[in-house]
Amino acid sequence: MSSYHTIVIGSGPGGYVCAIRLAQLGHKVAIVEKYDRLGGTCLNVGCIPSKALLDTSEKYHQAQHEFAHHGISIKEASLDWKNVMGRVQKDVVQKTCDGIQFLMKKNKITVHHGHGSFVDANTIKVTKSDGSSEEIKGDKIIIATGSKPSSLPGIAIDKERIITSTEALSLKELPKKMIIIGGGVIGVELGQVYARFGTEVTIVEYAPRLIPTMDADLGKELAKVLIRQGIKINLGSMVKKVERKGKSSVEVTFEKEGKEETLKADYCLVCVGRRAYTENLNLEKLSIATDKAGRIEVTNNLSLPNYSHIFAIGDVVRGAMLAHKAEEEGVFVAEVISGEKPHMNYNLIPGVVYTWPEVASVGKTQEELKKDNIPFKSGSFPFKASGRARASNESDGFIRVYAHKETDEILGVHMIGPRCADMIAEAVVAMEFRASAEDIARICHAHPTYTESLKEAAMAATSNRAIHA
Amino acid sequence: MSSKELVKVPSVGESIAEVTIASWVKKSGDFVKQDEILCELESDKATVELPSPFTGVLTILSPEGETVPIGHAVADVDTSATAGASASSAATAPVEAPKAETKQEAQTNYAQGHPSPAAKKIMDEKNISQVTGSGVGGRVTKEDALKASSSSPAPKAPAIKAEPGSIRREKMTSLRKTISKRLVEAKNTTAMLTTFNEVDMSAVMKMRSKYKEQFKEKHQIGLGFMSLFTKAASMALMEFPAVNAQIDGTDLVFHDYVDMGIAVSAPKGLVVPVVRNSQDLSLAGIEREIARLAAKARDNKISIDDMQGGTFTITNGGVFGSMLSTPIINIPQSAILGMHNIVERPTAVNGEVVIRPIMYLALSYDHRIIDGRESVSFLKKVKELIEDPARMLLEV
Repeated sequence: MSSYHTIVIGSGPGGYVCAIRLAQLGHKVAIVEKYDRLGGTCLNVGCIPSKALLDTSEKYHQAQHEFAHHGISIKEASLDWKNVMGRVQKDVVQKTCDGIQFLMKKNKITVHHGHGSFVDANTIKVTKSDGSSEEIKGDKIIIATGSKPSSLPGIAIDKERIITSTEALSLKELPKKMIIIGGGVIGVELGQVYARFGTEVTIVEYAPRLIPTMDADLGKELAKVLIRQGIKINLGSMVKKVERKGKSSVEVTFEKEGKEETLKADYCLVCVGRRAYTENLNLEKLSIATDKAGRIEVTNNLSLPNYSHIFAIGDVVRGAMLAHKAEEEGVFVAEVISGEKPHMNYNLIPGVVYTWPEVASVGKTQEELKKDNIPFKSGSFPFKASGRARASNESDGFIRVYAHKETDEILGVHMIGPRCADMIAEAVVAMEFRASAEDIARICHAHPTYTESLKEAAMAATSNRAIHA
Repeated sequence: MSSKELVKVPSVGESIAEVTIASWVKKSGDFVKQDEILCELESDKATVELPSPFTGVLTILSPEGETVPIGHAVADVDTSATAGASASSAATAPVEAPKAETKQEAQTNYAQGHPSPAAKKIMDEKNISQVTGSGVGGRVTKEDALKASSSSPAPKAPAIKAEPGSIRREKMTSLRKTISKRLVEAKNTTAMLTTFNEVDMSAVMKMRSKYKEQFKEKHQIGLGFMSLFTKAASMALMEFPAVNAQIDGTDLVFHDYVDMGIAVSAPKGLVVPVVRNSQDLSLAGIEREIARLAAKARDNKISIDDMQGGTFTITNGGVFGSMLSTPIINIPQSAILGMHNIVERPTAVNGEVVIRPIMYLALSYDHRIIDGRESVSFLKKVKELIEDPARMLLEV
């Protein structure tokens, strides 16, 4: 039986990053992956392919609708669906996953392909796809098995016409009509992908606004842009029924403002969140309990309460279901195991929506500040006042900075606009060092850039003295 | 207009370069009067109180636990403020200093002492809770944390073996750092060796039990063995001046008096207060001095003056049950006498085996200045004086 210092179950961004950090710190590490390709949801059926499709659809949309505004005329942009999906799978997903394979080799991490489950507290059974199995031993075990798309009661996912994000990233055809249940991050991203490709998209969201966990005005601004792009949005709508009608169509019935409505489409995409994937790990054997969402309870150093040598990271534990949060936890656990004392600042994990305009935020939302009775001031700057944004015809969106009323410390930064996904990093760095709004306002930003808008918003927050607004 | 006076760390004794701020008695914003105690400073040798040189509103510049050099400004006092003024009212004085200067004033900032992510990891691992930040607004940079951690010498445990939670780390106190530095220095810079002898305690024990009550009644203090050994050693030192001498560069410094260091275990560590001119003191005088100094040491009230200038040291490991040890010289002194426990041992007296209360004595000495003849003779002299205390009276 092979034995290791640490066995990591799951090769997503949490698991593989953890394995590499452990190897860097001198440990003998094995990683167990159920699928043939490493990388987990993020690389195979999540972040990476969705960003590839977002980018393709963005370019197509620009060719169709934006080029003319720039004075570029093309005859007619057309879409070759097979090549669209071919690029995503071969050029993007396969190459990224190969990269992980290479990193495992480089760091001398043993990869065991097969489904991992606990035999006892130190033994993992790896069941391969051909049914054969082997057992491996580890002094430490890390559960990094991630999550799967979840559904609502009464909605049966058939993976053909009633689908989840996983299927939506590898459809054989371009849907004509698509109803998306859920206006959260995944729903709006995929909704925009298909809308830009030409699909008639309708979003049905239960909450009164899109991306409801983020600062309220971001959802409102995003809805404005999406509606302009032709997406129909039904907010405050409760889905009653999703029915397959014949071979190639579905019907979705929902209640909005007390009235029932039924819509027909050829696809229904269910984006109502994700559920921790902890089934079949044989956790019952060790009496490890999971909560309603399938998550495992962990201590502050991410070990299990009753097993100090077993750790859990990423989507299987509390906190945001984000790849970068899982990565941070992976590094954290690897260092804790090695006797170091890293720290994680859960308040400063940025959230990003990769629509265009992009949405990004870090720190407290206005709602949270009010709820916690923290005295704050706010400053906003619209991209339509940014020279750089105008040059690119990107004037949707704004940046908002919340700062403490007395100390001026930045408490939250929320932005929607061009390249916000990248720009949020500046806010995270500043907040990690507890910068004040005035600090940002006094730091030189290159001109003309989008990042000047953060500086302007910071000036507005400091003492309402934005220069360009 | 605010006028701020800096409160600097005064010199607390020769050869003391830095002090640690043990605790602040006052806090920022407090109105303090001249000579009111602001904080306690812990130095290599003692804890001293820092009185305010000014009257006004206090702003603390160096937090508790920080080690600062002599002359460093640890606080400022706004002397323009009047009683009842608080920090906030001082800040709204009509003429405000320009922004650029606020950095120098180092007003308490919410980010003061906030570590960067890398600095925080270093501090957590080295178990350092407070580091003075050199970054903007007093933020702790990675370099600050590295510098603070390099003074704690414990090497990082090998990555693979260490288990979180299995060790406890704490910062060395200033006193402990000095003890450690001095002991290693003594080992490294002297030619130290130890000679032994044994002493039959029958005579002094008999004398002590006979006059114990009377002594106490007359002198209001108990008669212990420490005073007898101090007296005996002082007499022996006068006879063998090399043992009471010191090397200073290429010179030999001889003393025609004995300032006897007595090692005392105090709550914060070992301290060695000095009994001055012990060669001239009576037994009762020595006992009183020891009692006075030991009480100060116990209460952490011992001053630098109480501990400076000893010419020889006596340490008594016997109180903890030590049978025999090789004490380390208290440099720059040249020798140290180690007392041990008193045990009844079979001894040959006049060709017969008898049981006698015996104490082993050890003398560690610096062979560079003290020859074997002198060290051995010194110890033999102490032995003779204790075994026959009448000799102390007659000075023979």
